[in-house]
Amino acid sequence: MNKVNTSRFKDKAFRRLGMVVTVSCLLILAVFVGFVLYMGLDRLSWEFLMSLPSRFADQSGIYTAWIGSIWVLVLTTLISFPLGVGAGIYLEEYGKKNKLATFLEINIANLAGVPSIIYGLLGLEVFVRIMQMGNSILAGALTLALLILPIIIVSTRESLRAVPSSIRDASNALGASKWQTIWNQVLPASFGGILTGVILALSRAVGETAPLIVVGALAYVPFAPRGPLDEFTVLPIQIFNWVSRPQHEFVINAAAAIIVLLLITFVMNGIAVYLRNRWQSKMKW
Amino acid sequence: MESETQNPNPKASKVETKPKMDSKDQSFKLQANNVDVFYGDFQAIKNISLDILERSITAFIGPSGCGKSTFLRLFNRMNDYIDGFHMEGEISLDKQDIYDPSIKVEELRKTVGMVFQKPNPFPKSIYENVAYGLRIQGIKDEDFIEKRVVESLKQATLFSEIKDDLDKQALALSGGQQQRLCIARALAVKPSVLLMDEPTSALDPISSGKIEDLVHELKKNYTIVIVTHNMQQAGRVSDNTAFLYMGELIEYGDTQKIFTNPEKDRTQNYITGRFG
Repeated sequence: MNKVNTSRFKDKAFRRLGMVVTVSCLLILAVFVGFVLYMGLDRLSWEFLMSLPSRFADQSGIYTAWIGSIWVLVLTTLISFPLGVGAGIYLEEYGKKNKLATFLEINIANLAGVPSIIYGLLGLEVFVRIMQMGNSILAGALTLALLILPIIIVSTRESLRAVPSSIRDASNALGASKWQTIWNQVLPASFGGILTGVILALSRAVGETAPLIVVGALAYVPFAPRGPLDEFTVLPIQIFNWVSRPQHEFVINAAAAIIVLLLITFVMNGIAVYLRNRWQSKMKW
Repeated sequence: MESETQNPNPKASKVETKPKMDSKDQSFKLQANNVDVFYGDFQAIKNISLDILERSITAFIGPSGCGKSTFLRLFNRMNDYIDGFHMEGEISLDKQDIYDPSIKVEELRKTVGMVFQKPNPFPKSIYENVAYGLRIQGIKDEDFIEKRVVESLKQATLFSEIKDDLDKQALALSGGQQQRLCIARALAVKPSVLLMDEPTSALDPISSGKIEDLVHELKKNYTIVIVTHNMQQAGRVSDNTAFLYMGELIEYGDTQKIFTNPEKDRTQNYITGRFG
């Protein structure tokens, strides 16, 4: 009887502890978001979104920054999605399970942990200098694509691995070729997971600052980019620039820009959750 | 691969007594000659040779791990995916070596269908499950596909239960219905051989009974090989029985004889439940 009581007590204690930890994490986030909203919400307006940067804080806006962010986001998606998912499919479904594969696997996992500024340096040397793209959106997008490729590859492989082998067996036993099985059964069943991984990786890319500074994104761009080879800035860099100024008005601007950036990432995460739920409810085993 | 020569004829005479095994009018559909199977260093099958008659039901019995599933999966080359799998000897279908490099494994599997232990319908509609095998062959004619879907579901004795729900999720069906759906799905590509790997082990007795009746019915047009844990099932359903133990073929012959008067003591002991 005593033993039962002790284990029951432990159970309760652990549940309490878990609750405290969860609540305090959420609380910290809430305080941070609340503070930013308090600082910046008044500054947020249509005008703020549509104005070019200026040396006067009250005339300054984030037009070039969010346009730049969207350019970078779209290009990064176009580059990293096919490459990452393709590599994931190859490694998981076609690659032979030998020593080379293990070596690659370990390296990809390690690449996901390399500090982003290192990718920036790589991008600066390879894309900006050797390939002579200059401080362009394309160079920035390629750099960010490199940064998130390992994450996409790993999450793609995890999703593919989660597809039960009984489904593959069923398809193969009906005379399907390997690709037919992958295309008709494995990919639809794992697509929710793959998309979730891609979107979460992209929302990380949206918030990246360091590699883009190294690649040469500018803090002050007096025009909105029109093509992938134009110079650019992005929201995090604009925020970074404003925060480092002494005038209080610029800090308020930064808070307002943070709200926009947060909104973008929340929306992207929301889409990821929605897609995952939608595909999961379709795929019940 | 002569997949179209075995056109199933659903209108075959209904009053058919259980035919005696008569090797004179039947030819050998599947043949195994001196087959060894290795998984890495482990030898799962030890020098097995056996011939399976056309349009008969052959049961593989034996304790867990005796190699009966491995042996079954040789006939549609499903072991090919397993790491470290290696085979020696010869397996032939209609006298043709199916491990010959010139054989396309996709073509082989259209002739040799398979039903698995756990019902494994695709997460699609009932209709699309049965149509899948045809669609991957590139067949676009929707009338043809629909005809074949209905025909296959009828053959699998499932049609009357679900005829108004063809667009319903296959996963919403009961376990027994799912398994009959999997049989219909396999039949839709018109195989001539049907491999069944413990098809009723995940089902309740009533659903199992329906599958057994169905298997018996299908014998008219198909060569059926069934792996089973259930001795009574082997006795009820099959014409011939092979007893495997530790990767070896201990005894193979007429089911009646194996169950009433086996030649080997080990078979006797297993069948009477003294081990295994």
